[in-house]
Amino acid sequence: MIKNNIKYLAVLALGLIACEPEFDNPIEESNNFTSGELDLTNYVALGNSLTAGFADGALYITGQENSFPNILAQQFKIVGGGEFTQPLMADNTGGFAGNNADFPPRLVLVFDENQQPVGPAPYTGAASTTDISANLGGTFNNMGVPGAKSFHLGFEGYGSLNPYFGRFQQSATSSVIADAVAQNPSFFSLWIGNNDILGYATSGGTGEDHNVTGNMDPTSYGSNDITNNGLFSQTYTGLVQALAAGGRKGVLIDLPNVTSIPFFTTVPFAPLSPLDPDFAAQIPTLNETYAGLNMAFVGLGVPERSVEFSATAASAVVIKDESLEDITTQLTAAITPVFGPLAPIIAAQFGQVRQATEEDLLVLTSSSVIGQLDTDRVAELVGLGVPQELAGQLSVKGVTLPLEDQFVLIPAEQTAIKVAQDSYNETIRNLATANGLAFVSMKSQLSQVASGGVSFDGGVITSTFASGGGFSLDGVHPTPRGHALVANGILDALERTYGLVVPRVNPGEFGTITVSNEVN
Amino acid sequence: MKKLLLLVLFITVTAVTYAGGYRVSVQGQRAMAMGHTGVAVVNSAELVFFNPAGLVYLENNLNVSAGVSGIFSEVIFQNTESGVSAETDNSVGTPLNLYGSYKINDWMSVGLGVYTPYGSEVTWPTDWAGSHLVNDIDLAAIFVQPVVSFKLSDHFSIGGGPIFVTGSVNFNRNSNRTATDIDGVRSNVTVDDSGVTNWGWTIGAMFNPTENLRVGFNYRSEIIIESEDGEATFSNFPNSLAAPPNGTTSFRAELPLPAELTIGLSYEYKKWLFAFDFNRQFWDVYESLDITFGNGAPASINPRNYKNSSVYRFGLQYEATEKITLRAGYYIDESPVQEGFFAPETPRNDSDGFSGGFSYAITPKLAIDASFFFLRFKEVNASYDFYQENGQNVPFGGTYESSAFGPGLGLTYKM
Repeated sequence: MIKNNIKYLAVLALGLIACEPEFDNPIEESNNFTSGELDLTNYVALGNSLTAGFADGALYITGQENSFPNILAQQFKIVGGGEFTQPLMADNTGGFAGNNADFPPRLVLVFDENQQPVGPAPYTGAASTTDISANLGGTFNNMGVPGAKSFHLGFEGYGSLNPYFGRFQQSATSSVIADAVAQNPSFFSLWIGNNDILGYATSGGTGEDHNVTGNMDPTSYGSNDITNNGLFSQTYTGLVQALAAGGRKGVLIDLPNVTSIPFFTTVPFAPLSPLDPDFAAQIPTLNETYAGLNMAFVGLGVPERSVEFSATAASAVVIKDESLEDITTQLTAAITPVFGPLAPIIAAQFGQVRQATEEDLLVLTSSSVIGQLDTDRVAELVGLGVPQELAGQLSVKGVTLPLEDQFVLIPAEQTAIKVAQDSYNETIRNLATANGLAFVSMKSQLSQVASGGVSFDGGVITSTFASGGGFSLDGVHPTPRGHALVANGILDALERTYGLVVPRVNPGEFGTITVSNEVN
Repeated sequence: MKKLLLLVLFITVTAVTYAGGYRVSVQGQRAMAMGHTGVAVVNSAELVFFNPAGLVYLENNLNVSAGVSGIFSEVIFQNTESGVSAETDNSVGTPLNLYGSYKINDWMSVGLGVYTPYGSEVTWPTDWAGSHLVNDIDLAAIFVQPVVSFKLSDHFSIGGGPIFVTGSVNFNRNSNRTATDIDGVRSNVTVDDSGVTNWGWTIGAMFNPTENLRVGFNYRSEIIIESEDGEATFSNFPNSLAAPPNGTTSFRAELPLPAELTIGLSYEYKKWLFAFDFNRQFWDVYESLDITFGNGAPASINPRNYKNSSVYRFGLQYEATEKITLRAGYYIDESPVQEGFFAPETPRNDSDGFSGGFSYAITPKLAIDASFFFLRFKEVNASYDFYQENGQNVPFGGTYESSAFGPGLGLTYKM
């Protein structure tokens, strides 16, 4: 009997062993995936906010976790990639503690009771807790520094100017590139140069274009300036030389068009709709007021500057175009018969004015301004002796008070951006070719997102603000889903150049914007 | 000894069964050891479940059978395209059964059974690739079934009775593939209900054309578990008017426990008994798992579209000694899941079942019954294609492989 029982136990034991399911071809043992020519044990990512995972106007933990370098690193692990560390912020609010004026918390999308989106607003559900002056110690694989321009990466002591680098600089005199090279990366990515034009673009072209000034000294540059093409080429060449030294492999990424980015494509040039009853009611009065000005414009030989609002279709906003000849003096003379002593004041307001056209790009931030009464301007006009009622009529932003330069990219400014972008991109592509590095054209990828969209298994990713899925609520930086697209584009390039074969990520599994009503 | 070897061989070359969907066919240790055959086997009070008509043919006046099994199951998943893999960490399932019958007179017996024919325990890693379909699920149903059995002649009997069911469910999944709260924690919903009751019925017949041959028939009605008083818990949804509020609310859902028809026979030859059962499970009632919530959150509509399925069971018993009886069995278990509806909450494809076991008579009245079964599933490439985002079907699939192993112990008492 005992002997028999032992036999049964043996059968039972066999059964238990056989119980563990096992695939014929487990992924871990399959040869489908390979690192190709790459050594991915120590991947270091260099760049700006895009590399850092900055989104919704702030740097916060989940944005960092969904940064394209971190997504790449997770896929690299399938073929022997190493750990990928990031200088994580302290919270998911973003911004720095006590410094929300300069480093505000992330934006969230607010909804009303009818579940309709109201718009983005800064998250106030929890305070910013990241210490602006703390250094985290240690090194990090993700060295993306929000705000960095090309020439900042080689700038020793940059950490004292930019707290995002200050958080992980190795010493007070470190540069980003020196700290990166000191980590002896086995592989790198470099996506830099966006801010060399983007500061100019998002400020509506208020900065200097150093391709016009010829200024090659970055220490004299303002934050909204366009970096000189020659300086960019020289700087970028130096970065690639340092990174690709000794045949180190990596990937270079070029710069997208500003017209691919919702920050510049969301607000239409003609947003003034007669369907808005408040505006519709004012149209006759407005046209009557402008009629006098328009006659003057015709008389002065600039009939194209005439302003008129349609009662049946959306009308263009009124902008100040600083590229136009300033006709304040002539206009003053022309309208004095009508406005008397107020003529110089009114003429000054309309000396460089026209209605926007489809060639103009209104920046995202203009949406909260257009149609608003500028109370400061009202006070100013009243101070100049303009009657209160007329002062109010003349102070509606984008309607009677022209939108300032900072809200509009006029064609000349767009051209300045394009000239720089084309030159930078040529530099980037040529250096990739010359050094045998992988190259990704984010310019063409994002153009695709912006012009028809990119399909995934749950829909289409477009650049439509808030709902398109590709861009976060700041209108500039990608969502996690956008980062997934970027990561896949890089994996494609690495497969072409280095024979790396790893699975692509599914953008459908990455989130987009965050909704919350925890706002003030 | 030679015969023992033969039996062991039979055990190892054959497979055991279980049954697709969330049916757990482990309703008696003796039957389980024989591939869960029993509609035409007159052996113990397990007949309360397998075929109440047979109870009148039991020799003793009082028969009691009790048993419990432990089911160790595991499912692994991988998708070679996405490089994603996962495996379940299921707790041990414990189907149990308690049966008693009493012969009132020569032509009538009564009986009572308590058993657990439905259940599903699947625990995937939280937030795994298919977490928008299921993170974990725990279904259980207890059947309480009084029966009466009438002998119309030595050749024919009938039996049957009502079934009282009390069920419970706990099911958690993420709200979709991406929603999170502000800290990136995935939004998820748990529905939980227990003590959901309903009634059904069973009827059986047994025909004994010769002394050695029995033919059995048994039918158990469909029972719909309607959950109305349960609690749905919404967790980690963003604090927004665009999202459902976190916290608990009511929910409504229906889960069918399908009807099952069994016909079979047994043949006795000297110390050997051979049994065959054919089960037909009417799963087509399970069209969709729809959950509506009391807080106005969108209903969760999950097409299932199951088809009727069959199980073919073979069992063998050998009385080795006066005290020891050996058993073995094999079954082929068809899955009710149709192509494109393979949801990871009940990841069952066709399987082969192998079973074995023995009884040891401690005294002439009391015996210990032991059984085990092992289910072998083929690796299957399957997907669930009816999860929707923005009105668009988003398939989730890959390669699944499952296994289940269930040792059990019981007691049989007769007087």
